Amino acid sequence: MQPADVTSPNAAPASPRALFLTFTVLALQGFGGVLAVAQRELVERKRWLSRDEFLEAYSASQLLPGPNVVNIALMLGDRFFGWRGALAAMAGMLAVPLAIVLLLAASYGQFSHHPMVAGALRGMGAVAAGLTVAMALKLLGSLRNNPMGPTVCAILLLATLMAIAALRLPLAGVVLGLGALGWSAARWRLRKAAARR
Amino acid sequence: MNGSLAGADLADLLVHFLVLSLLAIGGAMSTVPEMHRYLVVDRGWLDDAGFTSSIALAQAAPGPNVLFVPVLGYQIAGLLGAAVALIGILLPSTLLSLAVSRWASTRRDKPGVRAFTAGLAPVTIGLLLATGWVLAQPFLARGTPPYGALAAIGLTVLAMLRTQAAPIWLILAGALAGAGGLI
Repeated sequence: MQPADVTSPNAAPASPRALFLTFTVLALQGFGGVLAVAQRELVERKRWLSRDEFLEAYSASQLLPGPNVVNIALMLGDRFFGWRGALAAMAGMLAVPLAIVLLLAASYGQFSHHPMVAGALRGMGAVAAGLTVAMALKLLGSLRNNPMGPTVCAILLLATLMAIAALRLPLAGVVLGLGALGWSAARWRLRKAAARR
Repeated sequence: MNGSLAGADLADLLVHFLVLSLLAIGGAMSTVPEMHRYLVVDRGWLDDAGFTSSIALAQAAPGPNVLFVPVLGYQIAGLLGAAVALIGILLPSTLLSLAVSRWASTRRDKPGVRAFTAGLAPVTIGLLLATGWVLAQPFLARGTPPYGALAAIGLTVLAMLRTQAAPIWLILAGALAGAGGLI
């Protein structure tokens, strides 16, 4: 691939249909997560988004509830074609992969008693656990610039981990409670930093 | 399993997933511990193995990770269950994301918005670590010391942090090791 100018986008999808097809192709390449494929297709190849716009969309989609890549598809589709575009991009991301995964689930029942199939799925399950842990560890680096400082961040992180993994508290209370605590702490630190300036 | 639920149970599933949708900050995977609590511990609609293999199956297939949700629905109540689970997990977050992205694109530097980003970041990462913990449970709880599973998890983390390897190869390697009886 040529070293594309990824700082400014210069292309747009021709129609919601083009959005649907692009996101279908993109989703079908994504095993174990679509994000890296989305970055390459949307920024470097199609150039519908600049690198910075993609980063911004990803940060926003991490904050918003819902699957990250689906939220990126929604935002991108909405930007070009409004509601129709958002729906087309989301449908592209989900429709064909959904059919495939349900077919797999339906046929799995016939093979599940086979020790090699069960073993393979157990192996994939262990890798899936590792992938999730690795993703969390990678994101730890982004806490370095957090206005709350390392101590408050570590306390909030460990409290969340303990509440969910060890105490098995319901997610709603944990996110709302610790999230509100984090929001207040960040708000306070940002105000203090602004006053000092 | 894979039977059908009564209408009241399906409605209960829908309502529960509609709420979970709004709590899925950091992606659908962060709701895994809560789904496990609800589907396996509270309702007993799935057992541990069914729960974990549904997620592994979705991860092995192409497409976004969120597709593990309709697979769980399918295991509980067939195609209707899959539809209910998918609509539940997507509808509220979709509407909210669209509304918020339209609203926030004009005021992303406001301190309240920045504090929200900063304050929630450690909670999101804590949720992801908890998800990894819950997913690893069935392997750690087995009778014999789970050296194979521990090695697979550790090697995956190492490969993700130290190399550019695409996840698909790691999943494939895990499948081969598992099929060979190593995990």
